[in-house]
Amino acid sequence: MVAAPDIPRASSDALLNVQPARKPRNMGQIIRWLLLFFGGILMVMPIAYMISTSLKWPHEVYNVNLIPDEPTIENYTFVLEDGRFYWWFVNSIIIATITTISNLLFDSLVGYTLCKFRFPGRTIVFIAILSTLMIPTEMLVIPWYLMSQSFGWLDSYWGIMFPGMMTAFGTFLMKQFFESVPDDFIEAARIDGLNELQIWWTVAMPLVKPALAALAIFVFLGNWTAFLWPLIVTNSVDMYTIPVGLSGFGDEADVAWELIMTGAAISTIPTLVVFLIFQRFIIRGVVMAGLKG
Amino acid sequence: MANLALRNLTKSYGTTEVLHGISLDVADGEFVVFVGPSGCGKSTTLRLIAGLEETTSGIIEIGDREVNNLEPKERDIAMVFQNYAIYPHMSVKKNIAFGLRSSKMPKDAKEKRIQEVAKILDMVDLLERKPSQLSGGQRQRVAIGRAMVRNPAVFLFDEPLSNLDAQLRTQMRLEIKRLHQRVGNTIIFVTHDQVEAMTMADRIVIMKDGHIQQVGTPAEVYHKPANTFVARFIGAPSMNLLQGKVTDTGVMFDGGQQVPMGVAALKNASSIILGVRPDDLVPNPENPIVSGKVTVREPLGPETLIYVETPSGEVIAKADGRNPPKVGDTVHLGAGAEHLHIFDAETGEALS
Repeated sequence: MVAAPDIPRASSDALLNVQPARKPRNMGQIIRWLLLFFGGILMVMPIAYMISTSLKWPHEVYNVNLIPDEPTIENYTFVLEDGRFYWWFVNSIIIATITTISNLLFDSLVGYTLCKFRFPGRTIVFIAILSTLMIPTEMLVIPWYLMSQSFGWLDSYWGIMFPGMMTAFGTFLMKQFFESVPDDFIEAARIDGLNELQIWWTVAMPLVKPALAALAIFVFLGNWTAFLWPLIVTNSVDMYTIPVGLSGFGDEADVAWELIMTGAAISTIPTLVVFLIFQRFIIRGVVMAGLKG
Repeated sequence: MANLALRNLTKSYGTTEVLHGISLDVADGEFVVFVGPSGCGKSTTLRLIAGLEETTSGIIEIGDREVNNLEPKERDIAMVFQNYAIYPHMSVKKNIAFGLRSSKMPKDAKEKRIQEVAKILDMVDLLERKPSQLSGGQRQRVAIGRAMVRNPAVFLFDEPLSNLDAQLRTQMRLEIKRLHQRVGNTIIFVTHDQVEAMTMADRIVIMKDGHIQQVGTPAEVYHKPANTFVARFIGAPSMNLLQGKVTDTGVMFDGGQQVPMGVAALKNASSIILGVRPDDLVPNPENPIVSGKVTVREPLGPETLIYVETPSGEVIAKADGRNPPKVGDTVHLGAGAEHLHIFDAETGEALS
């Protein structure tokens, strides 16, 4: 029998005290962090400047300092006491809310139909809807304007809302989500005596809540920040939405940036509320959507 | 409860016909199992009965009423799906009550019915739970409960046990059989598992490539298979099938072994296939049908399956569990004449 070689052993105390040497940071990781850091700065700075400017006096607006020399809430008092801003806020709330509800209903109804029913021309209809995503808004505003004019909807809520009541993106998003609803659920409900509309509402819709939440956020934000179409279709100041109204703050000689930034800061509140309500669904929704910035 | 009749049922997808004239009568209260390999048309037949797909031609009658043009909800059927199809956003109680949504039953009566069903399925304590809080077996019971609550004329089960593990499957098999004995409704049950078919059915319908191969009781399809497909499909391990040529005195197997056999039974066939179940093929040195060397042994406790390489091909036989032949041993295997099945080698149809 061969004796075991006399290997020097570290004491258990020594072993316990040994700390693994910290590996030098991987270069790739450092670059990733730096990119994320600068990306974060790029995202946050405009918001920081928006709030900063809203707290500045007019003479200080063009100073690049982030902290105002003489902070004031005078701009907030002015904007909130200004009757026009109140109406723009109300208009934006009404328009964004109605278009959001409309999109949730119609996009999901069309998405469900395209996903779960086989009918002649189904693919053509889907491609036609999808192809509208490729047409920029700037090109669509002319036919929209002509339609609004012929229907007598210029300078009205309907005029502002109708192009966004149903979207190709929402239809596509909902169709993709409905793909994940097993057909067995729908067939079981059919056997249990529900009609197709009841199946959509009672069975399919509760199963795609994450998609509905994501769509709600996208549509609400899109309509809340919409500028070009509301600017074209509205004439009277009382029908303006917040972005259109804010752009007109000031006079011909000078733009009142401090008031615009104040209005913009106030207008972020509803979007934050919507986001907080739906945020628990948003992650899955965005992952599933896979597009739309 | 009601009887069910299928009359020359066909189904085509485009130019491809997948069901080629299925005809079957199911008696009131009967438990019929459709069994066959994947793609044989058993699930399609079930979906046609349910009204989830339209028939290309033929007639479906439930309770002497033609239902071809009726919606699924008007056919007085309930279906249990392979994936349970219980709604994850509803509690067990709401899932069961879902089957009564379109019923005009008073609210109290509905509640009473739900409690009755929950009691039968032993789910009273689970009524407020969500499906995600249930085991696979419990989920399947909820699916059965939702079907039961309407007390339909015909229950349709589409491979409901496929997603369960082996132990739970055996347990649920027994529960469904007990349930049938208790409620007595007509049941059409689809499975690809011949053990499920054998253990549960009053009658088995064996399908292949859109045709019914045989309809019979479990004993009939096991002991009197109509053709080589049924012979091979029913029973585990499968029946041994040996190719042979008819001679003046009996059958000469491909391996050269001659077996005396009454020529009248061979019905003028020139070549036949002899079938013998492994259970019936036992060591028999005096009067063997085949001989060969043992290549593999599978001990099952009371008996041992032996795989024997013979001149006619590999056969499986059953040997005593305590003293089985060893691998490499030469064995002579035989079977009683009553255990031999003879099929036409060309058509595969049974001759005896």
